[in-house]
Amino acid sequence: MPTIPSSFTFHGGIHPDYHKELAAGSPIRELPLPARLVVPLSQHLGASAKPVVQTGSTVIGGQLLAEADGLISAPVHAPAAGKVVALEPTLTATGRACDAIVIETASEQTWESLPPLPEWRTADPKSLIERIGVAGVVGMGGAGFPTRVKLSPPRDKPIDTVILNGAECEPYLTADHRMMLEHAADIRLGAEIICHILGAKTLRVAIEDNKPDAIEVLEKIFQDMDGDVAVTVLRTRYPQGSEKQQIFSVTGREVPRGGLPMDVGCVVENVSTAFAIAEAVTRGRPLVRRVITVTGDAIAQPANLLVPCGALYSDLVAACGGITGKVSKVISGGPMMGFTVSNLAVPVGKTASGLLLLSPKNTTCFTSQACIACGRCVDACPMRLSPAELSQCIEAEDIEAAEPLAVMDCIECGSCAFVCPAHRPLVHHMRRAKAHIMARRAAAKTS
Amino acid sequence: MDLITISTLCVGGIGLASAAALAAAEKYFTVKQDPRIDQVTELLPGANCGGCGYAGCADYARAIVDGTAECNLCAPGGPDCAQAIAALLGRTVAVLEKRVAIVLCCGDNTEATRRATYNGIADCASAQAIAGGDKACTYGCLGYGSCARICPVNAIHMLNGIAKIDKKRCIACGKCVAACPRRLIKLVPAAAEIHVLCSSKDKGPAVKKVCGTGCLGCSICAKLSDGAISMDGFLAMVDYSQPLTHEEVVAKCPGHCIRKDPPNS
Repeated sequence: MPTIPSSFTFHGGIHPDYHKELAAGSPIRELPLPARLVVPLSQHLGASAKPVVQTGSTVIGGQLLAEADGLISAPVHAPAAGKVVALEPTLTATGRACDAIVIETASEQTWESLPPLPEWRTADPKSLIERIGVAGVVGMGGAGFPTRVKLSPPRDKPIDTVILNGAECEPYLTADHRMMLEHAADIRLGAEIICHILGAKTLRVAIEDNKPDAIEVLEKIFQDMDGDVAVTVLRTRYPQGSEKQQIFSVTGREVPRGGLPMDVGCVVENVSTAFAIAEAVTRGRPLVRRVITVTGDAIAQPANLLVPCGALYSDLVAACGGITGKVSKVISGGPMMGFTVSNLAVPVGKTASGLLLLSPKNTTCFTSQACIACGRCVDACPMRLSPAELSQCIEAEDIEAAEPLAVMDCIECGSCAFVCPAHRPLVHHMRRAKAHIMARRAAAKTS
Repeated sequence: MDLITISTLCVGGIGLASAAALAAAEKYFTVKQDPRIDQVTELLPGANCGGCGYAGCADYARAIVDGTAECNLCAPGGPDCAQAIAALLGRTVAVLEKRVAIVLCCGDNTEATRRATYNGIADCASAQAIAGGDKACTYGCLGYGSCARICPVNAIHMLNGIAKIDKKRCIACGKCVAACPRRLIKLVPAAAEIHVLCSSKDKGPAVKKVCGTGCLGCSICAKLSDGAISMDGFLAMVDYSQPLTHEEVVAKCPGHCIRKDPPNS
């Protein structure tokens, strides 16, 4: 199996300080089971799951707590055995409220699992997709798109290439890196299942060149896999892990505007998602735990923790030795695309990849100034937009003018704001315009 | 003929020809407009605020004369203006009561807590787009002044992190109502003096945690006011169609969010 350096790379992008050394060396360890788990019903993109348990009922680990509500939705399972003590709204890492099932965990842990499907190689893809849906597997890179939907492309969109996304381009985060080092065999199993389901002949494992150890491990693991399989070494550049950018870097194909990866015959799955697929199919385990990087210069012992969904961020901080010194900013996810958290009593969801605690030394409050028309944001934008022009339209309250300038194509990666010498809050402007346009479209749909 | 004479004749000739063409165009191509449109436009206050729903006073005048709009929609002009237009057009008009905008929140920076330090764009919609805003109460006024900036008559001022509307200046154009991302601004009758200045639908303890002047949902005011205040879940709401003269509700409110307008406000 060859290892190929990527012959293409996307337009723009940036080179932030990565600080991955803080947690990259610490092996994944399990978080001691918290006494209380707050399991949000919306840990994915789409409709919230519908609860099927009542307050007071006893549940065992892996039991279904809430079923998928509609096509774009995913079920939620119990991350541990215990008693349901409440069904109440909770604050999530995004700052919004969402309904959650509160479980008081039992001292004795019992687990149930779905029947394993060891004969998946000969199984009908439909039954495997069904299993992945029932196990509540969603994209674990951040967006949380239900994997079942991603793996069921329409007939007229054949998939020839599967890309396993191990880029992990966000600074500080090392969860996927550790997964690749420690669970490479299961990741390969997951990748084989994905290829079997989609009938894809080509598999590319995309890793940035700042993770040579992971490249080496995966090369070995994928060595004897049949078909056109290769590890693609990507140049280290943010946002290399973004789906559309990665497809271009790996295959040279460009996803059309407003289109999906399947329009160019590709499916991109995160390495952690591949692991979750392997668990769901070969061991019958639903997705109830994930690896999350707790790092930053304000945490005593940066670590990669295996955490049940529903554990609170405060539990994670406690398990990593607590806060050292002064913490000025807490981010759920990476520093580029994560959400600033104002309260540590929020639960971990299926999409949480990191928890970042930064001291005042590593955070700055900028004062935004007028655009000096230097054009650096245009050079940095991986979607080839013109953030300067867009932000000026939006600042002038002319959101209608931003729409034809393709504000909806913005992936909110933050590259523009990162390079802006006038410290303009460019992504914030885009988000506001996108929220406005989305609300207007939703209103038009309902009326 | 010398050069100067030729130039003068040429330019003068072009001028004369153009004048003749314009005069002819005026005579033959003139668009006959109802003279009443101009008269009605004259009667309107000329604020061009758009509060009537039309693109400025002239557009509204056209709609009135066409008969597609009532003549009492102009808030800045008020009943006098409506009567004058009705008299001019020989119509009758139901005079609408004067309305003003009011911010249904009184949790200022002293009373309401903020859950984070926000240093993004100083604009309410932008603050709301980041995790629903920095105010601990998810219903209250964010205080970044989007309404104050859009007000055409400068009737809104930010005082200690909350928007206050000057009743005398307000022309009830409704621009602030649309600008508020939390939908806290309502148009109410100008004669109403007692208001519940809270919009939180949360239960009492949750409100108390984040704000010193929030509606606790105790429903004391609803019991005292003969139906002029009713409960919508855990929030007291004034029914402005009924007279509210029970001033004791102001003092009895344990959440201190029922307020009476100061005299001459």
